[in-house]
Amino acid sequence: MPDRAPIAAAPIAVAMSGGVDSSVVAGLLQRAGHSIVGLTMQLWNQRRLPELAPEGVPTGRCCSLDDVYDARHVAQHLGIPYYVVNFEAGFEEQVVKPFIDDYLAGRTPIPCTLCNNFIKFDRFLDLASGVGASRIATGHYARITFDETTGRYHMRRGVDESKDQTYFLFGLKQDQLARTEFPLGGYTKPQVRELARDLGLPVAQKPDSQEICFVPNGDYAAFIDAYFRERGIAPEKTQGEIRDAQGKVLGEHAGVHHFTVGQRRGLRIAAGEPLYVIATEPASQRVIVGRNDELLRATLTARDMNWISIAAIQGPIRAQVKIRNKHAAADATVTPASGPGRVEIRFDEPQRAVTPGQAAVLYSGDLVLGGGWIQ
Amino acid sequence: MARQRLEAARREVATLLGCEPKELVFTSGGTEADNLAILGSVLSHPASGKHVVTTAIEHPAVLNPCRELERSGVAVSYVHPGPDGVVSSEDIRQALRPETALVSVMHANNETGVLQPIAAIAEIAHRAGALLHSDGVQAAGKIPVDVEALGVDLYSISGHKFYGTKGTGALYVKTGTKLRPIQFGGKHERERRPGTENVPGAIAMAKAAAIARGTLPLEPSRLEALRDRLEKGILARVPDTGVNGGAARIPNTTNIYFDGLEGEAMVISLDLKGFAVSSGSACSSGAVEPSHVLLAMGLPVDRARSSLRFSLGASNNEQQVDALIEAVAESAAQLRKLSPTYTHA
Repeated sequence: MPDRAPIAAAPIAVAMSGGVDSSVVAGLLQRAGHSIVGLTMQLWNQRRLPELAPEGVPTGRCCSLDDVYDARHVAQHLGIPYYVVNFEAGFEEQVVKPFIDDYLAGRTPIPCTLCNNFIKFDRFLDLASGVGASRIATGHYARITFDETTGRYHMRRGVDESKDQTYFLFGLKQDQLARTEFPLGGYTKPQVRELARDLGLPVAQKPDSQEICFVPNGDYAAFIDAYFRERGIAPEKTQGEIRDAQGKVLGEHAGVHHFTVGQRRGLRIAAGEPLYVIATEPASQRVIVGRNDELLRATLTARDMNWISIAAIQGPIRAQVKIRNKHAAADATVTPASGPGRVEIRFDEPQRAVTPGQAAVLYSGDLVLGGGWIQ
Repeated sequence: MARQRLEAARREVATLLGCEPKELVFTSGGTEADNLAILGSVLSHPASGKHVVTTAIEHPAVLNPCRELERSGVAVSYVHPGPDGVVSSEDIRQALRPETALVSVMHANNETGVLQPIAAIAEIAHRAGALLHSDGVQAAGKIPVDVEALGVDLYSISGHKFYGTKGTGALYVKTGTKLRPIQFGGKHERERRPGTENVPGAIAMAKAAAIARGTLPLEPSRLEALRDRLEKGILARVPDTGVNGGAARIPNTTNIYFDGLEGEAMVISLDLKGFAVSSGSACSSGAVEPSHVLLAMGLPVDRARSSLRFSLGASNNEQQVDALIEAVAESAAQLRKLSPTYTHA
């Protein structure tokens, strides 16, 4: 039964993935004198879908056993309590399945945002509160500040522009921000690596993780195919015609989920000029292609807007808007639109590849105003 | 000298189980003893088209060798317990086939503590010409065990479960039982388990067995009183709870469900308060999966996930039990406030 002294009341729960960033978070908070608890979320069983990793059990990705060992090693190095919590079922329901459904419906999803909204800053935050933690801390590159005049928590971009993760965090609500710390928001990645060495962390040299943690090599189409095979589901046929905007049939494709707006590769069409995916139409299984300039759009509608640093807008505002993570935020006028949580965004200059399923995130300088899903 | 100490250790452990020293094979622990019993007895069985009967509530050290046998063409039947956690001997009888080589039923379940009717099952198995193995890891040292009275042919024990060192165990092999080795090497342990013996481990296990034997007249009733105090205290203090497995149990174990809670969160909350309890079975990462034992007893998945196992030991006393009841009540109340599924009380 009792096997060691109880730890101080109201510790900070650190979400530890076994990577450099979250390990440094734990080290920094401990150095600042906080009582901390390390928790690793088991989100996806990497032994599933073995056909995606013919060389054997994949390692070096999220939730691999190696990562759990690394996180436990860091916890042991710091001398903090450490636990693994199983969120596999919730992750599959609320992240993986919607991810697949989006692709099959012709949208290009952002699973990291779903994971932040439904797992990390929801289930995980609740679990941490339930076991007595006052706050959670993660290794995201973003900053949270409190504005006394408005009484709102603000979110700001991480100081390392190349690592800024605010695009994935637009769904956070005020009560979630109130209980969250992003200790790395004020550091650059090279500084974080330096800190890892200073703190003597065993993962200081570990390479960065890749984009979508549960999809090997970024091949989401192969992942979707393997997932259906594992579950013995014959997916509805999604192969069909490739047409141009005038309706002329140019070729055939193996499934709409292989394509995303703006994509060029994989079309296998010989044409005089480079062709890009302009849209996917799941209802007719058609992929519409066209010239690069046909990808330009001046307006978009975003739905389910979540406002962070400002309250919901009542009239037009000026903002810089990002329409995908690697997009350079573009100047636009944002106007409330009819329908709950909707806004219309009109860019000063038309933008390439406005993609349904991605997010439109609104900035004013480094301040994150809010964000919503592109219709 | 080492040889003499090893044989002295064997005599001591044999006394704990009521068997002859030569009937004991030292192993690296309960898992190896289970593997040797199951694979070794089935491999030495002459029939073709062999069959094994076991239960759905066995430890992975029994279930996984059985699955390995299935992969090599042996048929295995997994008998389910009733809601009280007891496997009925009648259900075992109905699962038997003419070609059944082995029946393997644990003596006490590791998650609920529920005792299984081994003597009755032994009679049924033997009448059908099958051997009976029992995984006694949770029972040996905690309750009096007499392998002859139980009627088993093979019985596994683990040293650290009665305060020996980790990495020690033994398999009782009744004289005359055919058992092929499953590892190959030298002629140690009567050619049943090759490899240099873990002499210090065996001596430690023997010392622990001697101490356990000395405490057996009184310790079970002391632990039982503590366990009952814990159980009554939790059930009285925390609404929407209950005991999983109501039948006769080993005295130190109880398994309690807390509706609307995640057992995993309770384990963390209690660990942070200094109490080590467990929930379900840990997978390789350390994350928890719902208990296969509770699921086999017919508990819904949510209730299985909400269940905790409490084990008491020699160092525990009433003050600690009362503090644990307090901690459980506090943790459960705190977690239920945040539970999306808890609506009662």
